[in-house]
Amino acid sequence: MIRLEKRPQPSRAFSLATPLLAVLATMFFGGLLFFALGKDPLASIQTIFWEPLFGEFSFFYRPQLLIKGAPLVLIAIGLSLGFKAGIWNIGAEGQYIMGALFGAGVGLAFYPVEGFYVFPLMVLAGAFGGWLWAMIPALLKVKFGTNEILVSLMLVYVAEQFLASMSLGLMKNPEGFGFPGSRNLQQYASAHNADLIAGTGMHWGVVAAMIAVIFAYVLLTKHRLGFAIRVTGEAPRAAKFSGVNPTRLVLICMGMSGLLAGLAGLFEVSGPAGQVTIDFNVGYGFTAIIVAFLGRLHPVGILLAGLLMALTYIGGDIAQSKLGLPAAAIQVFQGMLLFFLLALDMFTNYRLRLGRTEAA
Amino acid sequence: MTQTPLLDLSGLTKAYPGVVANDDVSLTIAPGEVHALLGENGAGKSTLVKMIYGLVKPDAGHMKMFGQPFTPTEPRAARAAGVGMVFQHFSLFDALSVAENIALGMENAPKMNALSQQIRAVSDTYGLPLSPDRVVGDLSAGERQRVEIIRCLLQEPKLLIMDEPTSVLTPQEVEILFKTLRKLSAEGTAILYISHKLEEIRALCDSATILRLGKVVGHCVPRETSARDMAEMMVGKLLQTPMRAGKTPGDVVLELKNLSARSPSAFGMPLRDISVCVQAGEVLGIGGVAGNGQDELLAALSGEMLTAPGMVSFKGRDVSLLGPTPRRSMGILSAPEERLGHAAAPDMSLTENAMLTAAARENLDRGGMLDWGAARIFAEKIIEIFDVRTPGPGNAARSLSGGNLQKFVIGREVLQRPDLLVVNQPTWGVDASAAAAIRQALLDLAENGTALVVISQDLDELMETSDRFAALNEGRLSPPRPAQGLTVDEIGLMMGGAHGMEVAHV
Repeated sequence: MIRLEKRPQPSRAFSLATPLLAVLATMFFGGLLFFALGKDPLASIQTIFWEPLFGEFSFFYRPQLLIKGAPLVLIAIGLSLGFKAGIWNIGAEGQYIMGALFGAGVGLAFYPVEGFYVFPLMVLAGAFGGWLWAMIPALLKVKFGTNEILVSLMLVYVAEQFLASMSLGLMKNPEGFGFPGSRNLQQYASAHNADLIAGTGMHWGVVAAMIAVIFAYVLLTKHRLGFAIRVTGEAPRAAKFSGVNPTRLVLICMGMSGLLAGLAGLFEVSGPAGQVTIDFNVGYGFTAIIVAFLGRLHPVGILLAGLLMALTYIGGDIAQSKLGLPAAAIQVFQGMLLFFLLALDMFTNYRLRLGRTEAA
Repeated sequence: MTQTPLLDLSGLTKAYPGVVANDDVSLTIAPGEVHALLGENGAGKSTLVKMIYGLVKPDAGHMKMFGQPFTPTEPRAARAAGVGMVFQHFSLFDALSVAENIALGMENAPKMNALSQQIRAVSDTYGLPLSPDRVVGDLSAGERQRVEIIRCLLQEPKLLIMDEPTSVLTPQEVEILFKTLRKLSAEGTAILYISHKLEEIRALCDSATILRLGKVVGHCVPRETSARDMAEMMVGKLLQTPMRAGKTPGDVVLELKNLSARSPSAFGMPLRDISVCVQAGEVLGIGGVAGNGQDELLAALSGEMLTAPGMVSFKGRDVSLLGPTPRRSMGILSAPEERLGHAAAPDMSLTENAMLTAAARENLDRGGMLDWGAARIFAEKIIEIFDVRTPGPGNAARSLSGGNLQKFVIGREVLQRPDLLVVNQPTWGVDASAAAAIRQALLDLAENGTALVVISQDLDELMETSDRFAALNEGRLSPPRPAQGLTVDEIGLMMGGAHGMEVAHV
């Protein structure tokens, strides 16, 4: 019989090895899946993981890695702070949309005035939009004890309706020949979040993501607030005993994750996306949840996990067009990654014992 | 005793990774015998009874019941063979009635009406008054224990195992429990009685087996052995009695005025109109049966629970509305009863747990940035001074034994030089020598002018440490009285007497 036994101490080695093992297991079982679909498993895996980095068209795909990775990392960093404290903001997608709408709204309001102050104001507005949207579930939770998971998730759909309304109404491009969607901010220099070094994909969002990683790292390891977050997640009563105010912590964590998601939305709408459209959001807010856990809620882990996730997105697109893999198969592949991560994660705290059965 | 022993254990051995919990343990229990199992925490008492109760399978050795091999593979088999067990921690559902709780633990539970009849019959016979229809959430700890005992008695056990049954009872309730147990014993039911309260064992038990580090180190007849000798057999060395010098109390440090507050938890006890003063250098001992407001009182003093203005004053300043951090900065420190999850975060290292309460007073928090180097040094200091057995401050709190973690938790507060220290169950589950060290540390603090509030359910401890004694009962605090010269009966009455229990109709 196999049984699980709790380790006296969490295993540090396993904690570090789990993400790597999960990627390997995903490659293996994903390969089996692709084989079952009649594709060459090795070629499929190679296409997903190798092609974007070192393939024929890597000059095009490499910048994409940053463009797709940055919002994932930015959002996931914010989420990880809450997740560590047991505060579950599942609605980053909605906060991302609201950040984009607030930021783009400010930019469009200034159009066509050129000025150095336009973009910074948009950044502030974007952060504010995301923060505001996250404050709704946060305040409902601390005032009425509602479940932040449900409320934040529901607000995603409200935000999507808001987005549709904006791109068809208030923010619609008056010179757009009736097509839905706003003016293209890429063509409005003061509001454009352009590549800092042309052709690298390195826009302000990437810079913000890097700053967020460093900020979160310092916060969690060195600062009182980070310690409060960690203790609250580990032992809420002990946290309260040590003097943490749980209400304040909910507001801070929800606020920070909303703020960062809002920023990610703003950088996307003013940069790679360029305009507010009905289908502007592509699920970064949800994928970031996977990224946060794949990175073990650790800032550096999240940075790596964000890049890995971006890689599977890009590689998945290539595999779809080049090998004809169905999009659903790619999604299953990404889902497997989270599944194996969570399953293997158990071995951080438990070890497998082969032996006789025993109660208790 | 020529009859076949009821239970005969020979050479029982059980090893866990890194520790041999039971090493070649042998003992016999005759029908009707009240047998005490003595030992410090971690001596292997729990493992041994778990093997008898079918929760753990021995690695080696034999068990015989009435001469027949006895190898229970699960508690159900043990119960079928006639073994009943009353655990230290109750496994009852607060929201269900007494009868429903009892039915849940039975195979082939009879109809509710019939079961209620049986419960009434058993409770009558053994002097354990209990209405089958009451909701468990409303019962006192003593009454809950009766539910557990009746649950066992309904199965007419031949051997009843009781794990520290008196820790939740007033002295009067203890006396009544003992009458019940003596009646059972007279009827031929053997009792295996686990406790570290030696005077109780001397009053109740016919024989005793003493365990140390998993081995049997001796048998004795408790009536003929002094408590001190038994304690020294348990610990394996001479015991030191905490010493205290005479002293005159100083200024009033803590003043509670009509402290009333609702409990933050659903089945908690509200605090009702508590007024008391504690002076510098004085130890106020607070006794009482668990669940009578101890946790709430500590929370109201530590700042976890805020109260109306004017209720809690420290050195003449109203602190009722201040949270734990500002109170700590002023010198109000505390150590709650629950070590894992309340006083300490189980999965965090000792360094991090040192930071948990020492950040303000040990200057570990410099404008929000935490000084982990200094926290580590502080943790090492606690480990060294309080003799905490651990490989180092990097180890997780949960990897420590209960007693060692308790030494760490108490040490963490004592070393921060409190002006007022509030502790709840400071030596709960701690071995005798460590308990003596903790009490000594508390007395030394008082000697140096700290005001202490010691909340405990261990009356010996309270008598040993307190200058004045008061009891919590239903959230009310009795007027404090000088501890010297108080008799056990008087204390029992302060604690609320016997909570409506009556003696068995023998």
